[in-house]
Amino acid sequence: MSILNLDHLAANPLLPEVQEAMIEAIKKNYGNPSSQHQLGDEAAAALQQAREQVSRLINSPVPKEVVFTSSGTESVNHAVKGVAFANAEKGKHIVTSNIEHNAILRTLRALKMMDYKVTSVPVDEYGLINPSDVADAIRDDTILVTIMHSNNEIGTIQPTEEIGQITQEKKVVFHCDAVDSVGVVPIDVQKLGVNLISFAANQFYGPSGVGGLYIRRGTRIWPLLDGGVQENNKRAGTENLIGIIGMGVAAEFAMREMEFRIKHARKLKQKLIEGLQSRIENILINGHPERSLPNLVSVSVQYIEGEGIVLMLDEENIAVSTRSACAAGALQASHVLLSIGRDFADAQGTLVITFGRDTTEADIERFLEVLEEVVQTLRNMSPLYIKAMQERAEGAAMR
Amino acid sequence: MYSEKVMDHFKNPRNVGEMKDADGVGEVGNPICGDMMTIYIKVKGDSIDDISFLTFGCGAAIAVSSILTEMAKGKTIDEAQKINNKSVAAALEGLPKNKLHCSNLGADALHLAIRDYQDKKAGIVRDGPKRSDKHEHHHGDACYCPYCDVEADEKAPACTNCGRELDKAH
Repeated sequence: MSILNLDHLAANPLLPEVQEAMIEAIKKNYGNPSSQHQLGDEAAAALQQAREQVSRLINSPVPKEVVFTSSGTESVNHAVKGVAFANAEKGKHIVTSNIEHNAILRTLRALKMMDYKVTSVPVDEYGLINPSDVADAIRDDTILVTIMHSNNEIGTIQPTEEIGQITQEKKVVFHCDAVDSVGVVPIDVQKLGVNLISFAANQFYGPSGVGGLYIRRGTRIWPLLDGGVQENNKRAGTENLIGIIGMGVAAEFAMREMEFRIKHARKLKQKLIEGLQSRIENILINGHPERSLPNLVSVSVQYIEGEGIVLMLDEENIAVSTRSACAAGALQASHVLLSIGRDFADAQGTLVITFGRDTTEADIERFLEVLEEVVQTLRNMSPLYIKAMQERAEGAAMR
Repeated sequence: MYSEKVMDHFKNPRNVGEMKDADGVGEVGNPICGDMMTIYIKVKGDSIDDISFLTFGCGAAIAVSSILTEMAKGKTIDEAQKINNKSVAAALEGLPKNKLHCSNLGADALHLAIRDYQDKKAGIVRDGPKRSDKHEHHHGDACYCPYCDVEADEKAPACTNCGRELDKAH
């Protein structure tokens, strides 16, 4: 039986057209885009084409503003460290939020060891940032605001445009980690008022191992990797041309199919949430009800722990992800779930279900059926569940 | 990640459920740590006649509870006292190093259940709850860094190998 992939965020399949383009590119045996000879010219043209395809996806007016990297993580590191190092004389203060991805958190942790100061703004119960908190956090020595576009655990989409207005008024560089948004929902760098945007190809059916960083002209930033003059002097190292070609094709299809993909995902999301609510008691849907990614549902199943759910679903050939501390290498509860006010026990039972263009309504139906059984099996073993049911029965008896 | 034995006990857990007329009950863990376990025992003569468990936790925690009940059933109290977290992990053909720490609480819960039984028999009423929030370390037990799997100092704020912060409340 084939595996039902409801963990698209971790493992998106390659689009068939992307596969074809990449295989074709391997067979072509491209030269090095930096070379002066004909072999180089051909490679440089292919690289340029991909750059144009990707820049159209984010509505960047100048393709040169897109820099190819090895991943969303590299893009984030480049943006944050690059701005921090280039502007250290001006100041060492950075503003961020409480629910950023580890790529941001750990980059900032490294900067803190170099005497940078970080102010982290809170989020509300839906994971939304209040833009005025960002305005209040900006000081004279603030050199960077880095706030994600959408959250990878709960899907909430931030008021990026409003934050962009604030940073433009205060003349502070604004980086937006949009890894889970670019290629999924419309992203227009001109509207958002950002200086930098990080993204990755594998979030829109392109290959893993390729990322992009949009750098608006005039942004003071250092390279993360020093060496040759590739990528307009912004990222040294011979380009991963085959991957980049794949990313270009994926970007083109993401633009072309975006309306359909969003409509399809929204329908599945609604079906999934309604199904969860009607079939399983004592669950909490996380994230903003409207301002959120169409392809992600985060649900906290109370009284049980997530790794057990994932393992039992895996036995039924269904792949989902959990935010349980037990499943994470760090064995710590998710900072995102704690930030939106979930307690430790509820955070432990949290699943992140992500789907895509290949997911069908029948898939969602099958998932719901299996999940209902798995949840009951685990709850029957849980001391928290047994206690809650007894308290409920006592409460009913007293009335 | 898990051995076949762990997966077998996780998928087909033995002796699940609350025991209303238990002679002894032991609880360990808290949801911050990740896992909670309750062990119920029924004693006949000086032997554990029946045993059951309830567990909130990951696959390892459920497998630990399940195999522990098999190991303790039919044993005398003295024999059951000798079961420790290490022998439980060995019976499961090993656990991932970072799970040895927070999920391997079964023997602690069993010992608390036995103490509860002995207290009741002796007519002792203890003030505190018959539970323990933190796992108990036994001689020879070690903690492992959850990031790099290298043995870590229990009191160290950060891993000496990879330098990452270690959760103080572990």
